[in-house]
Amino acid sequence: MTTDFAIEVKDLKVYFKIKRGLAEDLFSKKKKILKAVDGISFNLAKGEILSLVGESGSGKTTTGKAILQLLEIETGEIKFFGEEVRRKDKNFMRRFRQKAQMIFQDPYQSINPRNIVMDIVAEPLDVNHLVKSRKERTAKVKLALEQAGLEPAEDFYQRYPHELSGGQRQRVVLASSMIMDPTFIVADEPVSMLDASIRTGILRLMLDLRDSRQISYLFITHDLSLAWLISDRIAIMYLGKIMEIGGADEIIHRGIHPYTKALTAIMPTPGVNKRKERIVLPGETPNPTEDLRGCKFNSRCPLVHDRCYEESPELIEIQAGHQVACHLARELSRNH
Amino acid sequence: MKLKDFGKAILHNKLALTGTIILLFFIIVATFGPLIMPFSTMEFGEVEDLLLSPSFKHLLGTDDMGRDVLANLIAGARISLLIGAVATAISMIIGTLIGILAGYFGKGIDNLLMRFTDFFLVIPWLPLMMVLAAILGTSLWNIIFVIGITGWAGTARVVRAQTLSVRERQFVERTVSIGAGHGHIMFRHILPNVFPLVFANTVLVAAVAIISETTLSFLGLGDPTMASWGMMLHYAFEGGATASGAYWYYLPPGICVVLVVLSFTLLGYAFDEILNPKLRGR
Amino acid sequence: MTLLEVKHLRTYFETSKGLYKAVDDTSFDLDHGEALGLVGESGCGKTTSALSIVRLLPKEGKIHGGQILFEGTDLVQLSDEEIRSRRWKDISIIFQGSMNALNPVMKVGDQIAEAIVLHEKISKKAALARAGELFELVEMPVDRINNYPHEFSGGMKQRAMIAIALACRPKLVIGDEPTTALDVMVQAQILNLLEKLRKELNMGLILITHDLSILAEVCDRIAVMYAGKIVEFGPVEGVFENTAHPYTERLIACFPHIGKEKIIPPSIEGIPPNLLEPISGCPFHPRCHKAIPKCTVQEPEMVKVGEKHYASCLRIGEA
Repeated sequence: MTTDFAIEVKDLKVYFKIKRGLAEDLFSKKKKILKAVDGISFNLAKGEILSLVGESGSGKTTTGKAILQLLEIETGEIKFFGEEVRRKDKNFMRRFRQKAQMIFQDPYQSINPRNIVMDIVAEPLDVNHLVKSRKERTAKVKLALEQAGLEPAEDFYQRYPHELSGGQRQRVVLASSMIMDPTFIVADEPVSMLDASIRTGILRLMLDLRDSRQISYLFITHDLSLAWLISDRIAIMYLGKIMEIGGADEIIHRGIHPYTKALTAIMPTPGVNKRKERIVLPGETPNPTEDLRGCKFNSRCPLVHDRCYEESPELIEIQAGHQVACHLARELSRNH
Repeated sequence: MKLKDFGKAILHNKLALTGTIILLFFIIVATFGPLIMPFSTMEFGEVEDLLLSPSFKHLLGTDDMGRDVLANLIAGARISLLIGAVATAISMIIGTLIGILAGYFGKGIDNLLMRFTDFFLVIPWLPLMMVLAAILGTSLWNIIFVIGITGWAGTARVVRAQTLSVRERQFVERTVSIGAGHGHIMFRHILPNVFPLVFANTVLVAAVAIISETTLSFLGLGDPTMASWGMMLHYAFEGGATASGAYWYYLPPGICVVLVVLSFTLLGYAFDEILNPKLRGR
Repeated sequence: MTLLEVKHLRTYFETSKGLYKAVDDTSFDLDHGEALGLVGESGCGKTTSALSIVRLLPKEGKIHGGQILFEGTDLVQLSDEEIRSRRWKDISIIFQGSMNALNPVMKVGDQIAEAIVLHEKISKKAALARAGELFELVEMPVDRINNYPHEFSGGMKQRAMIAIALACRPKLVIGDEPTTALDVMVQAQILNLLEKLRKELNMGLILITHDLSILAEVCDRIAVMYAGKIVEFGPVEGVFENTAHPYTERLIACFPHIGKEKIIPPSIEGIPPNLLEPISGCPFHPRCHKAIPKCTVQEPEMVKVGEKHYASCLRIGEA
């Protein structure tokens, strides 16, 4: 069975059990549960870039890790090119681990400081027994490093991570992922630790690889302007739910959800602003361990009404490919 | 930390330098000693040669069988250091393995292995060693085995704690995501990162191993055919060296044991300082 | 009188590998109630400049030259004792991770009161009342002064730190990446708060950040630093609309601009120069897209390019 979707996620839920003190354990029967991801669904087409945007605690990173089976999932379906990922046999998992890769936020943490670049980049080949000779291994590493923009590659083979700059480290991580020729990559804030001047180089590299190899990306970021810059579609997350999902320009310029609007309003732009009065949401994201009734955004929403405390809104399509989870979605879109 | 920097740090650390020099001296003596030994350890003397005090012929005198004490001391260095080294290696391997397995897998396996470790940690080691030595019989390898399997528990605890922290680091998660198995992660990623700690621990375990050997042998549980320093002390005691004032017989092996243990302890402190930069400069 | 004038400041670090020229001949000034943005990549000397002003440099760092005139007094010449009495009272600094600097076993209000008592001769009770007022000022419920730090969220802790910084009504507040570790929404709240307080209390603000895009909204003037030197200094409008230095130009381009064309700009190739080694010519020339042979040998001077707008590039003025 073939499908055009690299990834299909249906009603994904990831819960964490919170460790409690002894007294609490003894006297309270209710278990404290953190609903990190609370029922989200989306598709990712082949060669598409979808950004998950949200603040800390929105569940964006958890979603990425859950898809890659790095976390235990409560319920939900995850399909990788039409094949269910969960509870698959070893053969499938081996293939999945090769073709679906993750790039982590902090290039200082995500590579072993005691390994040299050669071994870091070749590690996926080694653990999956994909090369037969030393020569083949070196050739593949050389190609991967060059594709990641580290030239001449030979100069990097013997270096330790601490001898590289932040940008070079992230390129080493990319090379190590690309060596497997993946079809799907979860990129978790891949440039947020890097200086602005080298960020764009990494982003370009990712885009070039998408164009040449039709890689699908799930791009996780807190930076809406960055998401707009590189992705085809954007999903706005808040407390484990998708609030709004649609084309990148659509979300930025014609966003409907009050939370999306608040995020776009505070988006900084380099240049002189006419000092417009910025609407900044008061308060902070509530604690996700508390059981929230109704819409997760009700405590901060400027348009909140009775229904929002009773009923959790479903994603409704207000335009082809543009979905909003808000009881007022239709009214708000009409006013646009 | 790289090996070169580590070497440099040792040269700059007075404790480490002293420890290294003492230890090197004993290792050299143990290795090349028998070549320059003035007498064979099996050269028994005549009646007039028994318990001679130090002279030019016998630098450290003779024992109650008329054998040269210096020759025995040199031969003993070999055995004592060999027992110390091998027993330490066994301890370290068991301790590291159990520590990594417990820390990496966590949950039930961790619980099981740590209770097992606690058991070894709290039982009085001397009686255990005596019982084991008595059951297994007194041979060199039995002594090594007994010391080895009683000395690993502390190491296992330390390695487990470090493994727990390394396991949470992101490169481990990344390695899972590229499809690596447990063995690969434990031996290629966790082991190299806990190794400095294991290394620092080794010298302390070695000191304990040497003392254990001396104690067991002194109590008569050593291998009678292998004259370690502990055995020498045992014979000196049995031969009435203390009663007859033959200090040259019982003092040298005692001093050697103290020096070797001291050198290991000094190195242990120094490694702690070098590998924990926070302690440096205090 | 100007509030702060930094003239030809040189702050060097003595390292085992030689003299590290973290700040090398930097000059800028700030008026009462004005906000200045100090921007640049990591390692360009922006934090060192700030620490030089309050004289909180690590022990390897020393001011090797220049003046820091605060309302006419040269802070460089003051004794350690004198500068200590001025910190907090005249100048205070808010650090990036400063919310973790709160003592976890002490009530937040008591910590603020303690700081006030240390600097002003008032009773503990009066100081606590002041802490309450300060909480109101930073838009926090007053009864929260009886909470412990762990009962605060990251944004609230940062508000408490701002309250502590404002405790003695300083004339100048330096914020060293004060919002970097916070969520975007909280970041916007804190920036709004700083702007409001600056206007209400007429205090000078130096905002240090690597994020050029947030400066435009909060600051009056911007100083762009590169390799220990200020390469461009001017009003926000001037720097963004009549950019004079190629580095500023490239740096601005690195931030996505919604509303403009959706292209990923080229990154600035190469890395900043090693500040342990002498630099020949313009420090930016190896990475500059406009470099000409002259740039490799001649060091550019600051030249005027507009109203209160200066930049150091040899190609300024070319037709």
